[in-house]
Amino acid sequence: MTAIQPPAPAAQERIERLDRIWAERPGFTGWLTTTDHKRIGLMYVAASLVFFALGGAEALIMRTQLAGPGRHVVGPSTYDQLLTMHGITMIFLFVIPLSIGGFGNYLVPLMIGSRDMAFPRMNALSFWLFLGSGILLYASLLLHEAPNAGWFNYVPLASRRFDPGPNIDFYTLALILNGVSSTAAAANFLVTIAKLRAPGMSLNRIPLFCFAILATSFSLVFALPALTADLVFLELDRKLGFHFFDAARGGDPLLWQDLFWIFGHPEVYIIVLPAFGIATSIIPTFTRRKMAAFPLVALAELLVAFIGFGVWVHHMFATGLPQTTLIFFAAASLIIVIPSGIQIFAWCMTLVDGTPEFKTPLLFIVGFIIFFVFGGLSGITLAAVPFDQQVTDTYYVVAHFHYVIWGAAVFPVLGGLYYWFPKVTGRMYHERLGQATFWLIFAGTNITFFPMHISGMLGMPRRVWTYPARMGWGPENLASTIGAFILASGLVLLAANLVVSRFRGAPASADPFGGGTLEWSTSSPPPAYNFAVIPVVTSAYPCWDADDRAADARRLAAGQLVLEHGHETTTTTPVDGHLDDVLAMPAESIWPVTLAAVCTVGLALVISSHYVTALVSVAVAAAVLAAWHAVEPRSAA
Amino acid sequence: MSLGRAGGRRWTRVAVLGLLLVASGCNSNQSVTNPATTPASDIATLWWAMFAGAMVIFALVLGLLVLAYVRRGRPGSGGDDRGPYRVILGGGLAAPIVVLSILFIFVIRVMPAVSAPPPGSTKLTVDVIGHQWFWEVRYPGTAAVTANEIHIPARTPVNLVARTADVIHSFWVPRLNRKIDMIPGRTNRIELDAPQTGVYPGQCSEFCGLEHADMGLEVVVQTPAAFRAWLADQARPARAPTTPQELQGRQVFLTASCADCHTIRGTPAVGRAGPDLTHVGSRQTIAALTLPNTPSSLFDWITNPQLYKPGARMPGFASLPASTRRALVAYLESLT
Repeated sequence: MTAIQPPAPAAQERIERLDRIWAERPGFTGWLTTTDHKRIGLMYVAASLVFFALGGAEALIMRTQLAGPGRHVVGPSTYDQLLTMHGITMIFLFVIPLSIGGFGNYLVPLMIGSRDMAFPRMNALSFWLFLGSGILLYASLLLHEAPNAGWFNYVPLASRRFDPGPNIDFYTLALILNGVSSTAAAANFLVTIAKLRAPGMSLNRIPLFCFAILATSFSLVFALPALTADLVFLELDRKLGFHFFDAARGGDPLLWQDLFWIFGHPEVYIIVLPAFGIATSIIPTFTRRKMAAFPLVALAELLVAFIGFGVWVHHMFATGLPQTTLIFFAAASLIIVIPSGIQIFAWCMTLVDGTPEFKTPLLFIVGFIIFFVFGGLSGITLAAVPFDQQVTDTYYVVAHFHYVIWGAAVFPVLGGLYYWFPKVTGRMYHERLGQATFWLIFAGTNITFFPMHISGMLGMPRRVWTYPARMGWGPENLASTIGAFILASGLVLLAANLVVSRFRGAPASADPFGGGTLEWSTSSPPPAYNFAVIPVVTSAYPCWDADDRAADARRLAAGQLVLEHGHETTTTTPVDGHLDDVLAMPAESIWPVTLAAVCTVGLALVISSHYVTALVSVAVAAAVLAAWHAVEPRSAA
Repeated sequence: MSLGRAGGRRWTRVAVLGLLLVASGCNSNQSVTNPATTPASDIATLWWAMFAGAMVIFALVLGLLVLAYVRRGRPGSGGDDRGPYRVILGGGLAAPIVVLSILFIFVIRVMPAVSAPPPGSTKLTVDVIGHQWFWEVRYPGTAAVTANEIHIPARTPVNLVARTADVIHSFWVPRLNRKIDMIPGRTNRIELDAPQTGVYPGQCSEFCGLEHADMGLEVVVQTPAAFRAWLADQARPARAPTTPQELQGRQVFLTASCADCHTIRGTPAVGRAGPDLTHVGSRQTIAALTLPNTPSSLFDWITNPQLYKPGARMPGFASLPASTRRALVAYLESLT
């Protein structure tokens, strides 16, 4: 199914010309200035995996502390910082940057047959702002002044009166920076998927992974403003003495909760939708069958993102809101089960009706389906208001959302790391070790998180740094701790497999698994310009259309849709995918990383109350923006 | 890989183990599945119904995955979507509509049982005010103020009014009822109506800072007569010291900054930051269930509270001579 043939002399000449046009600066500075979506994607992957290791280490310290009653590995001050940083890290610095920033960036242009994202420099800026937010947060942990009011950061605990240190200021400003990064990334995906698809890729032929990224991006664009507003209100309260959340002066602490969860629940689907997308990429490849009920699955992905905006109050069932409010949000929380159920049955039926080959990536997807169903069912129990009012803020909820966020959202990402590893590195991972690793991680996940259902039912609240022996929660907690270390050892094996395979793995062909989407039609790893000729597609699985790919090769020789005279890609109409323009793409630039650095330093100055110096950084940022726009994109070589 | 059989066995084992563990938890005092009142029991019934339904659905999906594994060698329909569509629409649309509608009706029927009592419908009201990190308990209409031990009469609906003095806390005694948050600027209420006498533990279930973990409470359900006697005792001002040591302890209490934070009714001590100690000698525990209320643990607590409850607002008094601290303990323990 691969389209890579020995190119004719004319084609070879065009390829060399494209190589020259799209070449970026070599070495370390090349990474700083790159606008190549693949290199940006890889930087997202690398950075988010480092943060993942840090967040995992935090979890292991907490689990060691909780292994038995009355232990004192860390005290409550440290524990609260670990607890908060674990949550923030896993959500804002790991899952979203990895699945959207990493997988999304690397794969979306390849899957839709484009040469880059729509706004390559903004793409670079997104990455560097994300890195800046992560550095700010981890600087606070080094100073032992890390955020300590939980990732949900409820006021008034997070107000200046009860938390006078810089801890919460790090939280607020770093997350604003992170939100700007995510918003820019989401806008970029929206435009890219709307406009930069290959000719012929009408709406109904968009790969389901790209549909998922599209739905996620819509959610991000509409959900993040609620969080940003909340964070700005809080910082005004903290730094300038405003009273948004101060009940004694007419403010309302529930305003924080409402705004936070208006963002926070769509956020859950923002986390899990890219994982759905990865699942719908891996399943067809390893079952030799296109996704069953393809249009229904695409619709379900969009519906999940949409209904996800109407369920936030189920995080607030115990706050004493009126019964009618609770009933409405209980109903909405139940309805969202339906589009999720449709997808679950679509994945299962594709497996049943296809010819599945249970290699490592597919094993992780099977694990994902099991965890998503299990965590989804416990989620339904939490939509049942009286039961939620009983177990909310207990370990039952911790169990539930780790099944969903760890089991359902991260398992496909782990499967995806294996699945696209040959594409990215040009080498194969070790299959048998991969399968063994899957079972270790699968078992570790259950041993860690299943007992938490029970400790929660036994009355153990969340976010406790210790518990007394008389409660009898010791055995469940010990099991969770043992499971956490099993899980961690599985992840170490996964990392070892991929690192060793990166250097010693067997060479991979362009399409080692027989995938159906366009990324498999170009070489492994892909060239800087992705495709020597812009592909023309006629189905949702274009890589399975051998005739079309042969036609691509002929057009390369003939010089059609090669765009070999400039740093360019094509645009198409948003619905039907008709070719409508050729777009000049900006070249690499030092300004995105510079701007992000200035913003990060400026916020660090605000956190440390150096307001005048912070104003200087605003001026510097303005100068950097001017420089960014003063320099035109490099002309064709 | 042996996904089908080994995976199936694993999950059977996990489910059975889970059932056993949950069942064994029924004897625990803070367990959701060990209800002692009608509302808690309605919630437990809702849970077991959902648990049974969830296990059936989970088994069905696992069955599909096992089927996929068993049939892995056979060619499929070649991409014909008609069969899969029937299962997808049946399992993902039709079945959930039926199951979720039934659940929704169940939920709506349980909700009134766990909602706040109508104003004026109860004879007794108890005000509980969350503090970092203890529970202030007041009985409106009487002078009684205590901490962390809520006494109520059996077989009597009690209107519990939940407020906070600082950050958000959540009042939760699982065997008696659902939890209710305590939010600045708001007054929330739930009903406690325990048919049996006994001691029902609970604890704060909204993250409230450093010692969220050590913010326990107990609801002591007494016979109505015993409760009336207890309340009359608690409403009285503090007992006067009788021995020279107690007299010395009282003097220490009033001069060594204790009175800045604590109230002992009938003395000049009127501090509000810490628990009311007027009848501290009658309580079973100190520091919100962190330590038993014995002279030796009270002595240790006064000496160095941070050792037992790191982050607690109370400073240590190790600088006072041991004999002075012993006098203080003697006085406090005499306040029954």
